[in-house]
Amino acid sequence: MTDDKLKKITVALAGNPNSGKTSVFNMLTGASHHVANYPGTTVEVEEGHCRHNDLRITVVDLPGAYGLTTFSAEELVARNFLIDRKPDVVVDVIDSSNVERNLYLAIQLIEMDVPLVLCFNMSDVAEQRGIVFDIDRLSQLLETPIVQTIGSKSQGRTPLLDAIVAVASAPRKPRAHRINYGDEIENALEKIEPLVRLEYPGLAAKYDSRWLALKLLEQDGDITAKVGVGRLIEVVNDAVAKLKTIFGDDPEVIIAERRYGFISGACQEAVKTTVELTHTTSDLADAVLTHRVFGLPIFLLMMYLVFYLTFSIAAYPMAWLEQFFGWLSASLASIWPANAGNWLRSLIIDGVIPGVGGVLVFLPNILILFLAIAVLEDSGYMARAAFIMDRLMHKIGLHGKSFIPMLIGFGCSIPAIMATRILENKRNRLTTIMVLPLMSCGARLTIYGLLIPAFFPQNWRGPVLWVIYLTGIVLAVIAAKVLRLTVFRGDTTDFVMELPPYRVPTFKSLSTHTWMRCLMYLKKAGTVILAFSIILWAAMNYPKAGDQSLAGLSPDESRQAQLANSVIGRVGRAIEPAIKPLGFDWKIGTALIGATAAKELFVSQLGIIYAVSSHDDSSATTLRQHLQADYSPLIGFCIMLFCLISSPCLATVAITRSETSSWFWAAFQFVSLTVLAYIITLAVYQIGSLVMTL
Amino acid sequence: MKTTDTRPLSQVAEGEIVSIVEIEGGRGLRSRLTTMGLLPKTRIEVVRNGGSGPFVISIGNSRMALGRAVADKIVVE
Repeated sequence: MTDDKLKKITVALAGNPNSGKTSVFNMLTGASHHVANYPGTTVEVEEGHCRHNDLRITVVDLPGAYGLTTFSAEELVARNFLIDRKPDVVVDVIDSSNVERNLYLAIQLIEMDVPLVLCFNMSDVAEQRGIVFDIDRLSQLLETPIVQTIGSKSQGRTPLLDAIVAVASAPRKPRAHRINYGDEIENALEKIEPLVRLEYPGLAAKYDSRWLALKLLEQDGDITAKVGVGRLIEVVNDAVAKLKTIFGDDPEVIIAERRYGFISGACQEAVKTTVELTHTTSDLADAVLTHRVFGLPIFLLMMYLVFYLTFSIAAYPMAWLEQFFGWLSASLASIWPANAGNWLRSLIIDGVIPGVGGVLVFLPNILILFLAIAVLEDSGYMARAAFIMDRLMHKIGLHGKSFIPMLIGFGCSIPAIMATRILENKRNRLTTIMVLPLMSCGARLTIYGLLIPAFFPQNWRGPVLWVIYLTGIVLAVIAAKVLRLTVFRGDTTDFVMELPPYRVPTFKSLSTHTWMRCLMYLKKAGTVILAFSIILWAAMNYPKAGDQSLAGLSPDESRQAQLANSVIGRVGRAIEPAIKPLGFDWKIGTALIGATAAKELFVSQLGIIYAVSSHDDSSATTLRQHLQADYSPLIGFCIMLFCLISSPCLATVAITRSETSSWFWAAFQFVSLTVLAYIITLAVYQIGSLVMTL
Repeated sequence: MKTTDTRPLSQVAEGEIVSIVEIEGGRGLRSRLTTMGLLPKTRIEVVRNGGSGPFVISIGNSRMALGRAVADKIVVE
């Protein structure tokens, strides 16, 4: 309640991938985080809050980065955030068992002169490996406070917060020492730095001038572009050319070497390794899991297990939820008298309950699917999957890393498209984004969950689902290959990826990840799905058919006449000629229009249509029985096929637009996938019908 | 700087420990490898040399997967 009076500060969490950054983030903020969108950066970052002493702290989780170069989208996001948003404190999370490489990012942060705290995380792992730190000495050498933590066990939270507050409230003072890059480079810096300050006072106010000079020598794309053509760039180019002849290498490499030199000097003084460890249990696990023969079958088996569990375990709670909503609607109908013109009753019983309830029923599936994905991610297996798939992915012109977003895409296209930031090459990244919606997401699972049991006998259900998912994967592979040969032609980029050690996922991290995703699903059901359910209900009930036109009709006929007269009925009939060749009637057509907003709406829409047009309110006739009566299994399959391939949902369009910074690619994705869906479904339905009549 | 017994990393057998001499290739790749700690004079061990598939090396306490094309561009001795 006194939150408003508290002083507010922003803390940015930086760190290498796999440094346990997320566990530190969870330790600091608890479960109170959400995805925030920062204007100007056009990129979403996760944000959470906590309180310490008299401060209200906003913690921003930056994407994992090894350095602050401009070669990868993630590093650029992290860097731009630090520069544009100027957080009060930056916490660099460091994997204590891998200090030397992790400190490389720390050195760059020190050079940017941001207010910094180093968080030596996973200090238990380091201890097991026999690594001993002289924290005071290291802190002195780096002129930066260091706090040891174990994020996964929530140890070290208070000292870390104390250090953050201390840095935030202390006056900034210039550093006593800078890394010495050796005479040749220092001379060049001495020439460039004053020139930067003189000719670009605007830039020098925003950035540390020595850092700018260093970045210019490193030929950093972003800074060089900001400086533009002029005297400064000539001086820089001269210096670069001179250094190249002296060292026989790009200044960038020499500068990096000197940084590592500084780090290894500091580590020699303050870090003692007592045990020389080369092989770990992780290597043993890798010998099996990434085996050149068994790796792939093991991976496929795991995937099968994930989908099997998603359906088999969820079947029970799903049935309970279905019964619950059936009961809710039936009992509401019996206690709420049906008067003509009682539109609210109709809205609730025919619109909201079948619309929102129909989607909520699938929460158990979503929960298990996201839990499985979280286990794959947290255990470190995801990186191995990328490794195993590298050889195959190469054949389609992508590399193994593209496979990680694709796996995440089975959960939801939105985090998957965001995850493509790990791809350094723009063409690779765009190709991956374009084909990602073909990875069948959790929302589409609701459609299969409704249709497969309606049209296929028990022992066919697993194989049909498998065929649907496989179709998506095969199409994605073909589409990627085609794109790489045409629109995104170019070299395959180099595959470099760290394989983090296997870890047992912590309960806390799994539950936070899964809960956040489920919360998003619930939120979607309560907002988008609810709003569209109301709109669809209204579109189905209005305009009312005139009393005269209904005169003399049976209740059933008049209901049909009303539906035909409604907005939905008219739109449905208008598009019917176009979708007739696919085997779809106007009801499916309107549901497909709904699915464009969010895939789950397909289920909602059918629920509402049949609730409105069904003549008895008994819950005995379920939606599935209605569908069974109206359509053939072939049509059921074609519906799923069309939903799998066609138009990604609006949220996907929006994220494609923001991640590619282009409406063109978002439109390209939307249109080409829809055309592809039409062609394939047309072929399947026509050929299928032909075969059936033989 | 090159001596006669330099060879690309891709030809190093599993279990062998070598030291990086230089990295050939474009600035993008070199910069990325450098940030990840792969630079001249670094000692690395080949954990897995999968024939035609990707490649695993050990550097410090971490494991890194490299595409074959990348392993071809790293010169070691």
